[in-house]
Amino acid sequence: MLAFVLRRFLGAIPTLFVIITASFFMMRLAPGGPFNLDRPLDPTVMENLNRIFHLDEPLWSQYLRYLGNLLTGDFGPSFVYRDFSVGDLFANGLPVSLQLGAGAILLALVVGVAMGVYAALRQNSLADYLVVATASIGTTVPTFVVAPLLSLVFGVWLGWLPAGGWGDGAILNKILPIVTLALPQIAVIARLTRGATIEALRSDHVRTARAYGLPARSVVITHTLRASILPVVSYLGPAAAALVTGSIVVETIFGIPGIGRFFVQSALNRDYTLVMGTVVVIAIFVVVFNMIVDLLYAWLDPRVRLD
Amino acid sequence: MSVTETAAPLPAASKGRSLWQDAWRRLRRNRAAVASAVVLALVTVLAVVGPSLTPHAYDAVYANYVRVPASLEPYPRAEEIEPELRATLRRARVEVGAVVIEDGIARAALTSTGEIDPRITRYVERSNLFTNAAVVDIAPDQRSATLTADVQQVRFYLGTDGNGRDMLARILVATRISLAIGILATAVALLIGVTYGAAAGYFGGRIDGVMMRIVDVLYSLPFVFFVIMLVVFFGRNFVLMFIAVGAIEWLDMARIVRGQTLALKRREFVQAAEALGVDNVGILKRHIIPNTLGPVVIYMTLMVPRVIILESFLSFLGLGVQEPLTSLGVLIAEGARNIEGATWLLVWPALALALVLFSLNFLGDGLRDALDPKDR
Amino acid sequence: MRLTILPRLVAAALLAGSMLGASYAPAAAEVVYNRGNDGDPETLDPQLTSTVAEAHIMRDLFETLAVYNASAEPIPGAAASWETSADGRTWTFKLREGAVWSNGDPVKASDFVFGWRRILDPATGAEYASMLYPIKGALAFNKGEGPAEDVAVTAIDDTTLEVVLDGPTPYFIEMLTHQATVPLHQPSVTQFGADWSKPGNMVSNGAYTLVSATPGDKVVLAKNPRFHGAADVQIDTVNYIPFEDRAACVRRFEAGEIDSCSDLPADQMAQMHEKFGDQVRTPPYLGTYYFPIKTDKAPFDNPKVRRALDLAIDREFLADEIWSGTMLPAYSFVPPGAANYENGPTVDYKDMAQLDREDEAKKLIEEAGFGPGNPLKLEISYNTSENHKNTSTAIADMWKTVLGAEVTLINRDAASHYAYLRQKGDYDVARAGWIADYNDAESFLGLLKSNNPGFNYANYTNEEFDKLMASSYQEADLAKRAEILKAAEAIILKDTPNLALLYYSSHTLYSPKLTGWTDNIMNVYPTRFLKLDK
Repeated sequence: MLAFVLRRFLGAIPTLFVIITASFFMMRLAPGGPFNLDRPLDPTVMENLNRIFHLDEPLWSQYLRYLGNLLTGDFGPSFVYRDFSVGDLFANGLPVSLQLGAGAILLALVVGVAMGVYAALRQNSLADYLVVATASIGTTVPTFVVAPLLSLVFGVWLGWLPAGGWGDGAILNKILPIVTLALPQIAVIARLTRGATIEALRSDHVRTARAYGLPARSVVITHTLRASILPVVSYLGPAAAALVTGSIVVETIFGIPGIGRFFVQSALNRDYTLVMGTVVVIAIFVVVFNMIVDLLYAWLDPRVRLD
Repeated sequence: MSVTETAAPLPAASKGRSLWQDAWRRLRRNRAAVASAVVLALVTVLAVVGPSLTPHAYDAVYANYVRVPASLEPYPRAEEIEPELRATLRRARVEVGAVVIEDGIARAALTSTGEIDPRITRYVERSNLFTNAAVVDIAPDQRSATLTADVQQVRFYLGTDGNGRDMLARILVATRISLAIGILATAVALLIGVTYGAAAGYFGGRIDGVMMRIVDVLYSLPFVFFVIMLVVFFGRNFVLMFIAVGAIEWLDMARIVRGQTLALKRREFVQAAEALGVDNVGILKRHIIPNTLGPVVIYMTLMVPRVIILESFLSFLGLGVQEPLTSLGVLIAEGARNIEGATWLLVWPALALALVLFSLNFLGDGLRDALDPKDR
Repeated sequence: MRLTILPRLVAAALLAGSMLGASYAPAAAEVVYNRGNDGDPETLDPQLTSTVAEAHIMRDLFETLAVYNASAEPIPGAAASWETSADGRTWTFKLREGAVWSNGDPVKASDFVFGWRRILDPATGAEYASMLYPIKGALAFNKGEGPAEDVAVTAIDDTTLEVVLDGPTPYFIEMLTHQATVPLHQPSVTQFGADWSKPGNMVSNGAYTLVSATPGDKVVLAKNPRFHGAADVQIDTVNYIPFEDRAACVRRFEAGEIDSCSDLPADQMAQMHEKFGDQVRTPPYLGTYYFPIKTDKAPFDNPKVRRALDLAIDREFLADEIWSGTMLPAYSFVPPGAANYENGPTVDYKDMAQLDREDEAKKLIEEAGFGPGNPLKLEISYNTSENHKNTSTAIADMWKTVLGAEVTLINRDAASHYAYLRQKGDYDVARAGWIADYNDAESFLGLLKSNNPGFNYANYTNEEFDKLMASSYQEADLAKRAEILKAAEAIILKDTPNLALLYYSSHTLYSPKLTGWTDNIMNVYPTRFLKLDK
């Protein structure tokens, strides 16, 4: 397994290199620069800034400089958040984003799998249709509608939970953002689980187990759950990517200090180093996450071999 | 996710046409799918011809009806007519006496310290509430007169937006744009994905290795970032932009088609064609690609909604289509900002979007069941 | 007494505690003010700051020579008094006796010299270095062409500071309220370098000190017990909370989590007035929302076309309907309320009825050779925002109905939009806005000087205007200077390189528990003047 992990990491290096190069040049070709915002700058000031941030050098030398710094683990200073290096910003924001993301995935897994199995066991009943319908709604309502609605209902009208803010990581402040992030994933996971469970229930070994008179609950838990969770596990990769997108919306609307908002803001502000940092961090995240998914898959399904 | 790359279930190609007939029969038995197909067809027809049938153009501004709620009753409301008439005449700088409104005609007695300029009717006509304004019964000294005007009734079944434009017309246009975006991007993804996947699977070996490696690299790209960059570059042209989105979205398609092709390649009819000396392009075109269509069609129905949702996300970021055109995403993003004050701005576009996405989902499910009986 | 052994925070807390104990009932609970801010501060180094959000925080942390009081009038701050030479070029400031930094060191005249040299140093890369250009030798030093010693700022002794300017600059005191002119505590800046403005390192001289700063979350300030006016400062802790999403601030305000919002969603003002009544404040703000027209591009080089475009816009509709009354219709480029600029010129059609304006617009556009067969074609560029979109849509509709023009709309993200304007892209009419950094008419009129390419989006050149502007910089007499500037504004109102559309107003929402909040034209509300009942 160690060899597999190592091979995966080595294999990711050229991928990362291509990604860094492509993003670097794309970003630089975009019109505008980090100092081109609302307030026009005096030409002298602009020249000074360009010199400090090496923007007056040829592009290739900036590129080499960036790569060189990156090799030493230095993401460079942020062009816009001038008190912080890109590394600082991630050190602050990444733990927050990971907490929300992990919370959302766990919630989606628990609720989604439970709903899916429940619906499958009562196939074509009213409960089944309800689950399928709820799941469809979950995928069709955009996050940016759900987030302000939840904040309004639970934060303002009912006053049960904070309407926004991080509150130094208080549990109550995390509930609404996690629920918002999890909702669309719950929907997909419920549908996937339902389909897989129905199929598993029809399989020979489950029929045999039932024929032996084992109680339905233990059959479900010991024999079908593993099979019904497999497609869910392989869905986790795309789910994580969707979480990154969702976190942009959730962080803006709930005012949460994660890294999702950098994604859009930095691209729009042309904060070159922060954009690059975000791209690299997310690419690494995707690589690591997919590796974990593969390991999980191999563990759950002995037929699959790591290669 | 390389572990999930097992070939998707393969339609029995030897049965040829009867597979499709079979699938068609199964599809017709699926009531949800049939209903969805009908709804989709209706929505498409409405989106195509609807905007030209609505009483208001989608970009017509009714300055007097900014953000009015959805209603079956015609505007203006009876109690609004007099204040509006007084307000317009105040801008014309004349004194207004009694105002009578009868049978859809408003009459106002005017007095003025100077001569009454008959041009003031234009002030009245400029209001969306009145037409055919006229100054009658002018007194000999031209200091008092009566103004008459027809009250113009308009209906906004779904209300108006923040610029005073009819929501019904805007939703219809938005649906048209959203569908067009979905289909356009999907078509591009289809074209690239199927060609690429089929080629990789068919040629196999080292070519396949390199081609799929490229797909892997593209997979770990933060997709949203690239879409944002594309918008920055192509922001002015939404067609170009969604061709670009399609050009990124083809990855899954390529993987599915490659898996199919790998399996197909070993089938007798392909080997027979090879033995007969049909060239590679011919085999791909005649034998491989047509036989991968099942899963491709299923995937397509799932991708159209994905692109529509993606577009709505871009609209939330303010990177959607250019005014005065609009899309469901743009409308919903505007509505979400007005949840508290003007619910109709959110409810109707959201319903329209839900309708389209629901139908596409159910149709996709139905197609999957029909084309892939094992999975039912 | 110096408390160097104890960590600074503990010392501050103890001191604050003991002072509270001395003057108030011992049970007085800590007063915490949760203050909504426009956005994240990009930096807390006052000399690198550039945004409104940062300015709010800086006004609490630092004290400049002159500061704004609650109604945004300049009053003595770090300086107790000042005098000017007869030619208006030499200013002498007497610093406040006994004023100290938050660590107890005295605030000295040399701290200003150090600070001002640092902001002008090209290596600092300060965006607002240009604020200090009126000082003799400042521009040359910032350009890297002169030495720091030539910047004419001198510490005569510990409490006397002398500044020599290039020309008489009547708005100099207004400028000194800006955070670009703060003094810096030399030992800590030298010791920590770029990290001097980090929590724990920062030494400030204002009513508050920095406790913590987490991007995207909040910036926490605590009352500075050593501040000379500390006895009158009631709020103990300020949490500055950034809101990119204005609606989110309103929701949290409604939920009681926030005491004030620094900006509001303009498209929801009607419903906010209904819900919050007088807590919603929309006082005028010294800024103009305008559309520059590219004056060197046909057919917009024709003044008749520009004037026709100008006349056809119904500003009242924009202000009342599109901006829900949160902006005011503009009939001049310099907004009313500019200091020493009463009764500035307005456009000649101000008193004409909108219909007559439109008739004249139609006539002018026909004279310019446009008509039904040959419609005027133009493009409005705007940066992405709901309000700009609605405004541009409405104006496009007016030009379409009145002038029969064919108008297309183009939106770009802010960075592309402004880069396009600055690099003189091929635009016709574009959206722009200007909010004055200091209260003076020159701040607006200077935008249109022909030698100011970065700001003059309209590419406007008029020799007479340039001459008037040049002479205004040499005029020390406020009244005479105002007349010169008014004559200059009258020229641009006639030439219409910029369509002035609306005067800004600031939009704030504050809790009834907050007192001392005074509406003002500069949108400044220093926390030291506010009181919060808990």
